[in-house]
Amino acid sequence: MKKTKDSLKKVTENFYLALIMIFLYAPIATLMVLSFSNSKSRTQWGGFTLRWYGEMFESATIMNALQNTLVIAFASALLATVIGTAAAIAINSMKPFPKTVIMGITNIPMLNADIVTGISLMLAFIAFGISLGFKTILIAHITFNIPYVILSVMPKLKQTNKSVYEAAMDLGASPVYAFFKVVFPDILPGVLSGFLLAFTMSLDDFIITHFTKGAGINTLSTLIYSEVRRGIKPSMYALSTIIFVTVLVLLIITNFAPHKKET
Amino acid sequence: MSKKLLSGPYLIWMAGFTVIPLILIVYYGLTDRTGAFTLANVISITTAEHAKALWLSLWLSFVSTLVCLLLAYPLAMILRKRGVGKGSFVVFIFILPMWMNFLLRTLAWQTLLERNGVINGILSALHLPTQSLINTPGAIVLGMVYNFLPFMVLPIYNVLCKIDDNTINAAHDLGANFWQTFLFIWFPLSVPGIISGITMVFVPALTTFVISNLLGGSKILLIGNVIEQEFTRGSNWHLGSGLSLVLMVFILASMALIAKYDKNGEGSAF
Repeated sequence: MKKTKDSLKKVTENFYLALIMIFLYAPIATLMVLSFSNSKSRTQWGGFTLRWYGEMFESATIMNALQNTLVIAFASALLATVIGTAAAIAINSMKPFPKTVIMGITNIPMLNADIVTGISLMLAFIAFGISLGFKTILIAHITFNIPYVILSVMPKLKQTNKSVYEAAMDLGASPVYAFFKVVFPDILPGVLSGFLLAFTMSLDDFIITHFTKGAGINTLSTLIYSEVRRGIKPSMYALSTIIFVTVLVLLIITNFAPHKKET
Repeated sequence: MSKKLLSGPYLIWMAGFTVIPLILIVYYGLTDRTGAFTLANVISITTAEHAKALWLSLWLSFVSTLVCLLLAYPLAMILRKRGVGKGSFVVFIFILPMWMNFLLRTLAWQTLLERNGVINGILSALHLPTQSLINTPGAIVLGMVYNFLPFMVLPIYNVLCKIDDNTINAAHDLGANFWQTFLFIWFPLSVPGIISGITMVFVPALTTFVISNLLGGSKILLIGNVIEQEFTRGSNWHLGSGLSLVLMVFILASMALIAKYDKNGEGSAF
């Protein structure tokens, strides 16, 4: 009796997991299917084609937006990682009160609504006399990326043993040398996951970019938004499918590689 | 001492690009075009059009948050039990969709929900009556739940993983049934995650303008749409800032909730 009850429970749980997975991935599957459909309609299947994949590479607008998106995501994630990691090290050695205040400020961009962050940055850029464009998107993305890095690095820093760092210094290492030889390897997983998270957030952002971009420059998000009314070109689906599959493959390789160390 | 200097660039950055911008919103919100002090921008939330948009936003984001919570909690419990937490597999599953652009993912729901869309296609194949799904408040809620569910699942999952199995076994040994264990063990220990999840879903849902634009048609206006239009089309930045100040009341309230129930950041999503 108990056995049937347990297996019934297991079936229900699997069913529930499957439903959630379908819910999360159905739109993605839809986009992938549409990228192969020989019809501009979003609801009709027009036969299999690869022509959108060809058109995608020929479209200067899409390639330009792709380049902007990737450059901004990479540069903002990298700079946020450097500034954020340095800040995390400093915050970690602070007294409780300044620590609380700074962590409170760190939380602002994460808890604040994107629309408010976007508008406030736009007002600030105009007040500072910085013309809206590539620069301002980059600054905005660094701003909302830094907290993700700090929050990824902090837990790793708390786990490090201060004595090892001090021992290295006692043995004659300079603070910088001791940091890179002793502390850095320990916090590296946190730094990397912060970078990856920042890159993902930058890539997926639309709202903040929308308010800080100015005319004449587009990332993939803002290009898609401007095309919504005219109808999205299926070559956009093709590009997204390529990005998604690339990332999926990369993540599977890095996450499930047999030589992976257990953390 | 030298360590503290490392926070210099960060502090300057946050002052310039987080604190000053927020002060500017307050300044714009409380002044008119001539720069004179006024409360008119904030008070305009009470006009019929704006109040209606705010109420609808509050209602839809409340429903979305509730649905997310009801979907996410059992999900997090199942994921914890399966022990899939080894490595970062759970984070992987929920972050992965973000690599397909947010706007495209939401647009894909148009394809699924449309009159001649996939869901209605399945319904008519089963000889069931087709439904009008797109351009309804329900479609907006669906879009919100779809986009923000990961931000509810991850914090709850993270706190549930920290609960010691022995605590739960002890409760069972002492004769507690499932609901008693839930009420006295699971729930109290997962409050930081729940609060963190609620704010991480409620705030973006309350302030969105994209989801309502894409799935709600042009007739349904949320408060986010109103503000966005003031900045991009209406170009009354003072009014837009004033309405943002009203939104910030709700944002500050959720920050206060986090500060009260999740002091140690236990319930952070990542």
